[in-house]
Amino acid sequence: MSTRRIFTRPARLAAVAPYFWMVLFFLVPFGFVLKISLSQTAIAQPPYLPVFDLTQGVEEARTALAALSLDNFRLLVSDNLYVLSYLRSLVVAGASTLILLVIGYPIAYGMARLPQRWQPIAMMLVIVPFWTSFLIRIYAWINILQHDGLLNQILLALHLVSEPVVWLSTDSAMYLGIVYSYLPFMILPLYATLAKMDSALLEAATDLGSSPRKAFWLVTFPLSLPGVGAGILLCFIPIVGEFVIPDLLAGSNSQMIGQTLWLEFFTNRDWPVASATAVILLVLLVAPMLLYDRLQRRQLKGER
Amino acid sequence: MAENLPKIEPAVHAPKGERLPAAAEIPLLRIDAVVKKFGTFRAVDRLSLDIRAGEFFALLGPSGCGKTTLLRMLAGFETPDEGRILLSGKDIAQVLPHRRPINMMFQNYALFPHLAVRDNIAFGLKRAGMARADMDKRVTGLVALLKLQGLEKRKPDQLSGGQKQRVALARALARQPQVLLLDEPLAALDKKLRESTQLELMELRRRLGMTFIIVTHDQEEAMTMADRIGVMDAGRLEQVATPRELYEAPASRWVAEFVGDVNMFEGQVSSREAGRLTITTRDAGTIIVAEPRLPITKANVSVAIRPEKVKLSRRGPASDAVNAQAINRLEGIVTDVGYLGGLTTYKVKLEAGGVLRSSMANTARLDRDAYRATERVVAWFTPDDGVVLEQ
Repeated sequence: MSTRRIFTRPARLAAVAPYFWMVLFFLVPFGFVLKISLSQTAIAQPPYLPVFDLTQGVEEARTALAALSLDNFRLLVSDNLYVLSYLRSLVVAGASTLILLVIGYPIAYGMARLPQRWQPIAMMLVIVPFWTSFLIRIYAWINILQHDGLLNQILLALHLVSEPVVWLSTDSAMYLGIVYSYLPFMILPLYATLAKMDSALLEAATDLGSSPRKAFWLVTFPLSLPGVGAGILLCFIPIVGEFVIPDLLAGSNSQMIGQTLWLEFFTNRDWPVASATAVILLVLLVAPMLLYDRLQRRQLKGER
Repeated sequence: MAENLPKIEPAVHAPKGERLPAAAEIPLLRIDAVVKKFGTFRAVDRLSLDIRAGEFFALLGPSGCGKTTLLRMLAGFETPDEGRILLSGKDIAQVLPHRRPINMMFQNYALFPHLAVRDNIAFGLKRAGMARADMDKRVTGLVALLKLQGLEKRKPDQLSGGQKQRVALARALARQPQVLLLDEPLAALDKKLRESTQLELMELRRRLGMTFIIVTHDQEEAMTMADRIGVMDAGRLEQVATPRELYEAPASRWVAEFVGDVNMFEGQVSSREAGRLTITTRDAGTIIVAEPRLPITKANVSVAIRPEKVKLSRRGPASDAVNAQAINRLEGIVTDVGYLGGLTTYKVKLEAGGVLRSSMANTARLDRDAYRATERVVAWFTPDDGVVLEQ
């Protein structure tokens, strides 16, 4: 029984606090969303039925419960509009994350190998964009990419093109915006794992006959995998739900799920379908997280 | 180190002054006037050293003396700014580490944390493109040699400090290098384990006939294991000698003070006759010592006497011994007694003003006659027990 006394009372409170936070600000709101996703849209205030009202007694609540249905989910999986939105979100997020990894890894690696005194400066340079509002930076990109924007002016001045190129409202513009915005989220976890790596390990690898390139693939890269995993998660998950960047920079012929959700909620005022969309999105995103968690745990345990 | 081997006795070192015949024999490793600068700091400063094949050589020195830099140049992690490093007559100073037939055991082992013990050991063999069957055989042999059976599938963080040390050693031995470099190989082990590992390393070296170069700041470790020791300070070699020579005939005052405990008295040579120097010191009066092999050229000298060479007695040595050997007798009062188990150390305040330290083995369990503080004693030593060093 004495083992229970390891934690003093304040320590126990501190241990419970995150759970309290999660329940209050994640689990309870998610309960509301889940409930709305099982309701029907209605011209009312709030715009869905049934509404639970505990003051009306248990009998009323029971009929309200019986009125809940999975119709919205059936709609979502049967209508191409939604399925394609989900697919596009996953494809865009996957491709962007891959681009981010390919660009971010060399940058993080370079940062980690800088002389000690330059590293904080490099880190600052990565973080500095955060000091300007995200929205303003995206609008700045619109400015750069538009018909008579900076990019076209430069290209024309250099005689690389003879007439302005359409950049804005294309997938390229969207990928550019996403990669630009999320790059720090890829670089920072990679840098954190690469910077703390023991340089003696690389020396040991070369000492044992690996060329420097081989040593990178045999030692540095496998040991940076936790950082790679963290970077992928930190980028992939928010990009799947991204709304602002595709809305402002991409064309309007195909939508990501964030845009679809926004449409359902604000334009169609169909809260139940919007909620169902959100629930499915969440389920889609929890799966890779669980997978990552399991991989990490296996790595921690090692092979016995 | 298999169980059926006879128990290993500590190495008996060759008597001092013995040199290999100066035949046209090329040393396995010749370090020739090597300089390594970091900025304006000369970490290694025109250092030359020959290491023979099959030798167990120790580089000993305080931290920052350049010994690790020298080792890293041998491994290829640093490139000398000047000078040559010849391995069997070939200059390897500019050869990249992965192309050298030299392997290193790293100070904190640098085991690959993502690889199992077996894969750590096989790492160098895979890079050499060894056939699978040969590799398995070699690894199994090393696992047995270093008593790692049953641990092959573990990851490094599931090993104890001693086991990690063995894996690191196995990994460095796997490619059968011409020279094995060991950077503070025992520093991370506790005292008991360190002592047994010292003996195992020596036995291993003897069985493999490999050349070992070890870097250490621990003089006992260097003394126990090495055939020869190079004492380094400020990027230079102060002395290269057998352990016994280093301790009993230090080349300089710095070496005498760095290696072991020593009483040091400064003074002037006042007379010289029949191989004996009479030296007048301020703190210990007149001391007679044997004249060193290399003649003293300066008037100001230091006399170094190891504490265990100083014997204490109540009346002084028997008079016939005094006549025969002109024994030094210094009178004083015991001020400090330190009981260390195997020996007891004494501090004696001399009448001349200085303090003389003595240590004597506790050869009897019951010593009712031990010296106590405030007791008046005669400290004595023979002229051969003192070493004259130029200042």
